[in-house]
Amino acid sequence: MVRFMGRYFRDFSWVDFIIDALRIIIILLVVIGSANTLLSGRFTFEQWVSLFVAGLAQGSVYALIALGYTLVYGILLMINFAHGEVFMAGAFTTVFLAEAMNRSGFLNEHPFLAIPLMILFSGTVSMVVAILLERIAYRPLRGSPRLVPLITAIGASFFLQYTFRGLYGSGFKSYPTVKALGGTLQIGPIGIPIVQIFVFVVTLAIMAGLYWLVERTRIGKAMRAVSEDKEVSRLMGVDIDWIIMLTFGIGGFLAGAAGVINGLFRPQGVNFFMGFIPGIKAFTAAVLGGIGNIPGAMLGGLFLGVIESIGPNLVLTGLGVPGANQLKDVIAFTMLVLVLIFRPQGIMGERLSEKKA
Amino acid sequence: MIRIKELSNKISWREVAVWGIVVGLLTLFLSLSDFLKVLNERVVIPDSLSLSNLVLLLPTFIVPFGIALRSRIQGAIDWTSFITGMLITIVASIPLIFLFILSHIANELVGNVLPSADSIWSGIVSFGNAGDVVLGSISLLLSFVVAGFLGSVLPFAQSLKIRRMGAFAGIVILYAGLMGMIASFNEREVIRDFITLGQLLIIFPPLIASYLVTRQLREEDIHPIAIIGSGITVGFLAIVPTIIILILNQASDDSIRNILTNINRDWVEIITFDNRNDLLLGSLLLLGTVGFAGLMGTIIRFIPDKIRRALIYGTALTLLIGTFGKTVTLILQEHLPRETLDTLMRRETLLQTPALILFGLGVGGSLLGMTFRQRSEDFVGNMAPRQRNVFRTSLFVLFVGFLILLPLLIGRALSDVAVIVGLYVMMGLGLNIAIGLAGLLDLGYVTNYAVGAYIGAVLTSTGPQGIGKVIMESLNSMGITFLGDNFSFWAIVPIALLAAMFAGFIFAVPVLKMRGDYLAIATLGFGEIIGTLAISDWLKPVIGGAQGVLFVPNPNFFGTDLKDPEQLYYVVLVACLVTLFVSIRLNNSRTGRQWMAIREDEDVATAMGIDTARAKLLAFTVSAATGGVAGAIFAAKVGTVFPNSFTVFVSINVLSLIIVGGMGSNPGIVLGAIVLVGMPELLREFSDYRWLLYGILLIVMMIKRPEGLIPSQIRAREMQQQRRRPIGAGD
Repeated sequence: MVRFMGRYFRDFSWVDFIIDALRIIIILLVVIGSANTLLSGRFTFEQWVSLFVAGLAQGSVYALIALGYTLVYGILLMINFAHGEVFMAGAFTTVFLAEAMNRSGFLNEHPFLAIPLMILFSGTVSMVVAILLERIAYRPLRGSPRLVPLITAIGASFFLQYTFRGLYGSGFKSYPTVKALGGTLQIGPIGIPIVQIFVFVVTLAIMAGLYWLVERTRIGKAMRAVSEDKEVSRLMGVDIDWIIMLTFGIGGFLAGAAGVINGLFRPQGVNFFMGFIPGIKAFTAAVLGGIGNIPGAMLGGLFLGVIESIGPNLVLTGLGVPGANQLKDVIAFTMLVLVLIFRPQGIMGERLSEKKA
Repeated sequence: MIRIKELSNKISWREVAVWGIVVGLLTLFLSLSDFLKVLNERVVIPDSLSLSNLVLLLPTFIVPFGIALRSRIQGAIDWTSFITGMLITIVASIPLIFLFILSHIANELVGNVLPSADSIWSGIVSFGNAGDVVLGSISLLLSFVVAGFLGSVLPFAQSLKIRRMGAFAGIVILYAGLMGMIASFNEREVIRDFITLGQLLIIFPPLIASYLVTRQLREEDIHPIAIIGSGITVGFLAIVPTIIILILNQASDDSIRNILTNINRDWVEIITFDNRNDLLLGSLLLLGTVGFAGLMGTIIRFIPDKIRRALIYGTALTLLIGTFGKTVTLILQEHLPRETLDTLMRRETLLQTPALILFGLGVGGSLLGMTFRQRSEDFVGNMAPRQRNVFRTSLFVLFVGFLILLPLLIGRALSDVAVIVGLYVMMGLGLNIAIGLAGLLDLGYVTNYAVGAYIGAVLTSTGPQGIGKVIMESLNSMGITFLGDNFSFWAIVPIALLAAMFAGFIFAVPVLKMRGDYLAIATLGFGEIIGTLAISDWLKPVIGGAQGVLFVPNPNFFGTDLKDPEQLYYVVLVACLVTLFVSIRLNNSRTGRQWMAIREDEDVATAMGIDTARAKLLAFTVSAATGGVAGAIFAAKVGTVFPNSFTVFVSINVLSLIIVGGMGSNPGIVLGAIVLVGMPELLREFSDYRWLLYGILLIVMMIKRPEGLIPSQIRAREMQQQRRRPIGAGD
């Protein structure tokens, strides 16, 4: 301990000092806040559980979007900043299909046929948008300085937002509620909305599918090879451009699926700007899990969803901050900054990010 | 060159005669049938063209088309088949012209022999000029020649070259329609009763596409006939997507707009030139317009360089002045009496005669300019270095003098715009230190702006949030009275500057170790955190939450409140000039070179002994300073500070103007601010599509010209170097 302190002061740097101080302050704040809340007993156990489950449901949306960031990052080492807009594209377009299905009664007669159809449709729309994005905006820039594709991605993000605003108008549209998913499941004293369980299960199924695709198929093998080393896999006969396009496509499909899932349990509705904040949050989730790491993105998404759901009530209420739930986004963004500062390689510690951090 | 003798040997005169007579008789027969008279009801262009005219022209189009197609298939692209086609149309027009003249001279005879050759008939064949023998015959001949021209030129289109450009222009027109741009831009008339901005939006894509195609084809030494055919075809192709949507819309009974909101009546009306009920006519008109635009795009390329450039400048000048009619009116009404203005512009729209004069002036001016340009370049080039310095300084002094007089020239409303542009120039120059010099992509620049604005507002406000009074009261009670009873704006500027620098410093420390995209996302996160906090209930007692801070006083300059934009302009101007000065000095300083070294390679910079942490901290801190001052000025200008003025959009706006102007280039940033901030303020039509255009601009600039419009030399070299690296190398 003494030796450690000695070394610390010999190689003293103000930057490290401030960062360490920041670390201590944040830990203290979290501990004090949580202790205060828990001791005051403002929330019952049942409330915590339902917050946790709601967080898991929200987290599955983040996880699905985060997979897109991670897949693309794994291959191109590039943050597809416009990925949130890919999510929006699917979700916003599918509203019209959902409305039509609702009008014709199909949605409530065969909900478990209609919802997969919607997911498929939304996924396809997002996939097309993602592939076009790659083809038009990113491919010409491969190999340019790192800031260039990032700025392009910011441009693409705004372009997509306002394109969809132009296409479908600037108002909010809501997904119809599905009657079959309306009730709550009672486990002892705890009531959990069925839609949240459904969302979680669907997400797990999609992720299992992705895992199979990446780990067990030839395409998955090619993708892993490309992310390992582009030049060598080219020499082995892998068509790099095709694999990159495919990666964008798969990421897009997942984001589109997330769009429908998001619409099922969030009543706020969809509009052209809906992708921006979830995009940044999903990126946080991807970094949390270690960007480039597929299981990491899934875990990171769920983790972020739970933190965001429980965090404001647990920490901020305890610190006496009024209107804590307004600051949900602050929690998520603080999480983002903290992860980037303290553990840029993420929870799962991915090799790729060490190269960068 | 066309050698007439050679050509006449090649042309098969028999073919001309046979086809000419066949087409001529067919047309004559067609013109006398009842069918055509029924179609005459449907007017394409009032008083000159109806659907029957078009049907009448069909044979004269098809036969040359077939002949040209045949020679295209045989692989011979030359003048022969073109001349053949044209000769056929001329021959074919003879019977009709003959009958038309005859019906004029011997009205009764013709009426008796051919009862169907009545007045309706002569109206059709003379293309609306039935009353005048000469004019009627000429327009008949001309229409035949045009139809024949189209027919004999189109088959030569170079399919491979045109497909891409045509499709591109087509997507642009369709996209503009889907975004509602055509309908919204249509409300601005560029030249009164002549053309609107929306129509320009339809005309320009095919025009530019065919211009580009022509340039490419001319470089490859393709036969002129083929080039002209390609140009027109590009024009036609450009409207195909739009027409498909138009037909779908009609087929679905206008229900597309339930999903695609901008495929509405306005759009259909503009696209079909007010023929919403007659889709065929509308499509034909549209086709004609874009085809003509394509032809123009091609023909421009055949004009000698010097004249072409002059024509383009003239057109550009006229269209620019017309587009910014409102701005021009605002300026002119400061200086001209009302009556004079009325002869130039009416309801903020350029009139036709002044537009023509303007065009002439533009052409003449650019011709003159081109002559003098070389001479003035020689003049500057031959100066001794010392003379050149004097020359440059005097130019700069003149420029500053112009800036000082600017509010007198442009009046109140535009001074307001100038103030906003000035604020963005300051922020652009500030952020440029981080992005352009040190290569740190800071997406949270709005933080500094917000800090400056809120500090300024809270300290000076006379409303409930103002704490300046409280501080001063306690100071007064301690016996310090010379500071007055509230903070003045001039005291706020350094405070805001220091506060923003402090904020910049605080936010910079945690991100010092991050690179590239992680840094960008982290700073974006900071910006969002600040935005959410500003609007939250938590900080409401201090900064007012969503209600904001009200009653922020204007700057006071020796007893006068600077509340007019003309007065505030000078505050901003001084601030801008100071920022510019500091920025230029920093650029050439030791610190500036350290920043550039970090930008180019951080590891190497460290190895060269640069304290990167210190240099980066300095970059963030200095860059934050101007943001803070801009924020304080903004607060004093507007008088109220609301959290929704401080969104991520401010950061993106500043980023975009740096990218467009040129990273690391001071003049570029000033230009970027004028274009990206000034233009949306001046033109409502642009401000609706501001973010869309920013998005497109960011993508296009990064792909086509990453160094910006006015690049700094070092940065341009860097960008070009890295561009040459092999594709697929990710990092």
